[in-house]
Amino acid sequence: MTRDSIKNLILEIIEDIDEDADFDTLQSDQPLRDQLDLDSMDFLDIVMELRKRHKLQIPEEDYPELATLDSCVNYLEPLLVNV
Amino acid sequence: MNTQLPRIVITGVGLASPNADNLSSYREKLLKGISEIQEIDLRYFGKAPAGICSFNETKYRKKKENKRGTRAGCLGVYCANEALADADLSIEHYGASRVGVYVGLTEHGTVETENEVYNISQYGHNVDYWTHHHNPRTVLNNPAGEIKMNLGITGPHYAIGAACAAGNASLIQGVQMIRLGEVDMALAGGVSESTGSFGIFASFQAQGALGSADDPRKACRPFDTSRNGIVVSEGACIYVLERLESALERGATIYAEIAGYAINSDARDYVLPFYERQAECMELALERAGLAPDDIDILNTHATGTKQGDIEECKAIQKVFGKKNKPYINNTKSIIGHAMGAAGVLELAGNLLAFEDNMVHPSINCDDLDPECTLNNMVFDTPVKLDSVNTILNNSFGMVGINSVIIIKKVSAP
Repeated sequence: MTRDSIKNLILEIIEDIDEDADFDTLQSDQPLRDQLDLDSMDFLDIVMELRKRHKLQIPEEDYPELATLDSCVNYLEPLLVNV
Repeated sequence: MNTQLPRIVITGVGLASPNADNLSSYREKLLKGISEIQEIDLRYFGKAPAGICSFNETKYRKKKENKRGTRAGCLGVYCANEALADADLSIEHYGASRVGVYVGLTEHGTVETENEVYNISQYGHNVDYWTHHHNPRTVLNNPAGEIKMNLGITGPHYAIGAACAAGNASLIQGVQMIRLGEVDMALAGGVSESTGSFGIFASFQAQGALGSADDPRKACRPFDTSRNGIVVSEGACIYVLERLESALERGATIYAEIAGYAINSDARDYVLPFYERQAECMELALERAGLAPDDIDILNTHATGTKQGDIEECKAIQKVFGKKNKPYINNTKSIIGHAMGAAGVLELAGNLLAFEDNMVHPSINCDDLDPECTLNNMVFDTPVKLDSVNTILNNSFGMVGINSVIIIKKVSAP
């Protein structure tokens, strides 16, 4: 999966959680939680969706890797390389 | 009732019923006997008549919150906000810590659990796919808690589980907590999301107690010889309760005073009702209200349209009220179905405006009255206009043998 595809995947999952989410001013290197109406339960939703869609089992200690859009892409790129 | 106790009044009503999303249109539909029971299609179960509420789900919270929470929470948040608006009250009036939220539930969590079991069935029943939302959605304080979070209420919030007597039981809880000085204002009522559960329909079916008809609007037929069971509905009704003097002080519109109430238990059977305890419950509520049977103007029955349930309640009413010219007797479930945990409070709300219009709303779908259900002054098909309505008695009974009765009376302008 390309970096752009991974980015779109994350945004699509967030949109599923909150269809009112505004991505227009989203800065990819800044924490998602500071910019969107997301909390810890929403992050668990993102983890669950990645499991459902791509059978990814993300260990709890890696959750901080999902903090920003860029860090999501960096973390997921090797895991989704064959997708 | 001990006259030393503070008098508690209803000053706001918020509701979602299968035929209305506010009190005035609900009253209008009930007076006309307009049912909007429809056929739904349930996972595994198939088609069944049911009452589904149509209301503005995003009027008081975002879609995201509705998705995260439960249907019961969504119904509760809508009704609690509508009740506050109707009462012209903000939470700040009494202070966030002085408000209690008491929500009656017949059951809760069944829908969410069924959905989650279905969800993991799509993943080979691997529990790694079980949602982290399951526990916060299924704790019994969930609907009351969603209301509390939405409104920023920091006083107590919890559920009252009392089968289909739960709505009345929560109203009673609200009255008691204000009288004890635990809170100054209560948001009390009941909520039901049971139409989302195939198991609830299947269980009634297995019990031979699920109502049916070619026209879903005719599936709930209390007192009719052809009645064949319950029509499951979702719904909610939340009341604002305050002390009479506080309500008068702020110039509130007062719908009614909770004049008397009672709850008792059959202590005999899981599902079969028992008229003697029901009669005792009505008698106790009358005694506490300081009223005689002759003083009651309208009696709103619990009757769900099951063979034995309707007969038992009619026997109980006969025992307490005899063959007199009062009260007038009606049934709301024939029009809206059985809203389970919300049933008692929704049905009370359906009669509340009789204090203003002096009308008794009719029951519908009784074409051939069962001789064992025959009582004086039953109101069918057409509303009856009375000279005045000053008292209403509301019955609400539930499985495992729980009975509840609430008596409200009109509060005259001081």
